[in-house]
Amino acid sequence: MAESADVLSPETVHGKFKEHGISHIVWLPDSETNFLFTLLDTDPDLNMVGVGREGNACAIASGLSAGGATPVILIQNTGLMESGDSIRGWLKSLEIPVVLVVGYRGYTRHGVTKDTAADFTEPFLNAFQIKYYLVESDKDADRISVAFEESKKINGPVVVLVADEFHGFNR
Amino acid sequence: MMDTAELLQEFKKHRGDAIVIPGRGGKHWVPITDNEKMDATLGDPAMGGHSGFGLGVALAQPDKKVVLFDSDGDIHMSMGMFATIAEQAPKNFFHFMLDNEIYATTGGQPVPNAKVVDYAAIAKATGYPKVASYTDIEDLKADLPDLLASEGPIFVHMKVSPTVENTPIGQRKPWNNRDRVKVVDDLRESLTGSRK
Repeated sequence: MAESADVLSPETVHGKFKEHGISHIVWLPDSETNFLFTLLDTDPDLNMVGVGREGNACAIASGLSAGGATPVILIQNTGLMESGDSIRGWLKSLEIPVVLVVGYRGYTRHGVTKDTAADFTEPFLNAFQIKYYLVESDKDADRISVAFEESKKINGPVVVLVADEFHGFNR
Repeated sequence: MMDTAELLQEFKKHRGDAIVIPGRGGKHWVPITDNEKMDATLGDPAMGGHSGFGLGVALAQPDKKVVLFDSDGDIHMSMGMFATIAEQAPKNFFHFMLDNEIYATTGGQPVPNAKVVDYAAIAKATGYPKVASYTDIEDLKADLPDLLASEGPIFVHMKVSPTVENTPIGQRKPWNNRDRVKVVDDLRESLTGSRK
């Protein structure tokens, strides 16, 4: 288990989900959030809904929200880009307050970014006019709460970029 | 092949207090519904998403019957949803499919291999406990009460006659009397007492 504030621990993210009353996790696997998934799956109060395509997660989340539940979407940045029209149609046009926790594959603060998934992530979010918060370690955990509050305020999707592929979740 | 408006009229007799997601049958459902605030008449927010939306509502409201009228173009785009729905296995979810073999709203182009694909078999193979398929309205009428009394999830494939729209989308007469945000807010309020 991560004990340093220099890493982002799954327990921190899980705690934020509990704090904000999350009922359903709509997810497709990604490497950044692998250990988070393992932890969430042991929580009997969270309902896990696995999908085969990330765009489907947006439609499912909109239905959950319309039915009075509180979902979160857990996907990778590659899937975020795959979901473009579903984000537009099912989340933005229906004004669904939801947080997407997105694994930021390829992100690095150091040297040259070698992964086009990372190259296109923030330009994609800006093009779709989606506000996002970068979370690199437990020190940034409050930004997860900011994202949840922002999604309710704007009645729309807000993204948390999980930028910790090699230290926190993938231990 | 069946007429969509006629089969929706028949379904209405058995609706009870179900939540109805009419999908691309919405323009036929809006004039006949008797419980608008329990209808998710969303039109087409983004192709391929109706089954996901329906599943989400069903999971959020497990004590309410949820009836979805999906369509072939949407199902082709999100065929993986069959497995997700079967895995979640919501007992309150009734997945009907309007199969007109074409993309009707874009001018009537053919859906890939539409005359060959066996949608009920696919649903069964991915784990739906009960599936059925109809081409004749009389057969559907006879079975509808039992289908809707079944434990879900069930999948019901229905061959329907196409109604092709060729006018540009921006020039079409709106059929919905509520915008999509109001539809969602009305449904949420009906189910939870809160609009947001």
